[in-house]
Amino acid sequence: MYLARVVGNVVATIKHPFFEGRKLMLVQRLDLDHQPTPTYDIAVDDVQAGVGDFVLVFDEGTGARQILRAGNTAPVRAVIVGIVDDVEQYGIG
Amino acid sequence: MKFAWVIGTLVSTRKAEGLEGVKFLIVQPLDERRLPSGEPYVAVDATRQAGLGELVFVVASREAALALDESFVPVDAAIVGIVDDVHAPLLPEEE
Amino acid sequence: MQLAQVVGTVVATQKSQRLDGLKMLILRPFGLDGKLGSGYLVALDSVGAGPGEVVLYCTGSSARQTEATKDRPADAVIMAIVDTVEVGGDVKYQKGNKGAST
Repeated sequence: MYLARVVGNVVATIKHPFFEGRKLMLVQRLDLDHQPTPTYDIAVDDVQAGVGDFVLVFDEGTGARQILRAGNTAPVRAVIVGIVDDVEQYGIG
Repeated sequence: MKFAWVIGTLVSTRKAEGLEGVKFLIVQPLDERRLPSGEPYVAVDATRQAGLGELVFVVASREAALALDESFVPVDAAIVGIVDDVHAPLLPEEE
Repeated sequence: MQLAQVVGTVVATQKSQRLDGLKMLILRPFGLDGKLGSGYLVALDSVGAGPGEVVLYCTGSSARQTEATKDRPADAVIMAIVDTVEVGGDVKYQKGNKGAST
């Protein structure tokens, strides 16, 4: 999983049936200083996240299918699994 | 999943089993602002409706094969949607 | 998937048993400009690709999703032999034309 900022959402009419009724968000990966990195992803939202939210993104297929209760043939990897309230760092890394 | 732009087509008659009837497209990867980023690659079209010049999103790795009806196939990139609209107020404007 | 040209074969007598009977080919990236890119990789073959052919290969665990490479140590597999590549209406590659762009 990694930390990200929701920077937008994506709308598609023609799509794989798995995505019917699911919200697709554009997320930008953040570094440990919460600064945006050049890495982005289009993730399925499982927690009602909104644009601007600081979130936790899960990025692995098998787990993603479990989280979304999607059966074992859903073509999905990235899922927003949490809205982050706070990150505590110990100052040692 | 990542954005890409459909720039071409690829034809192959001799291919791995299970890929009969599957359409291969050449896509240009795009960054979050939909600007070209990286080298073109080949993706299968799991929407069956993606056309030249369209903005699409692509799922990569093992998950790509799952987008096809026959999912035991050696495929690592699949177009799974055609983008109508992107609303991204927190990104710098496209030039 | 990526485009590549078959530029060689790897022969190894002493190897993982799980690689027995599989053809290992050396691939160079094949650009849409018809030129070979830098770098190379060794891929297993599932379609009977031959020397000089332009092929499509796939990587990662998807590479094990062929009858030939199932449960084998495959991280890259040739899964198609390319006939034609067309970009923006131009034929960039046509089998038999020696890979030169038109």
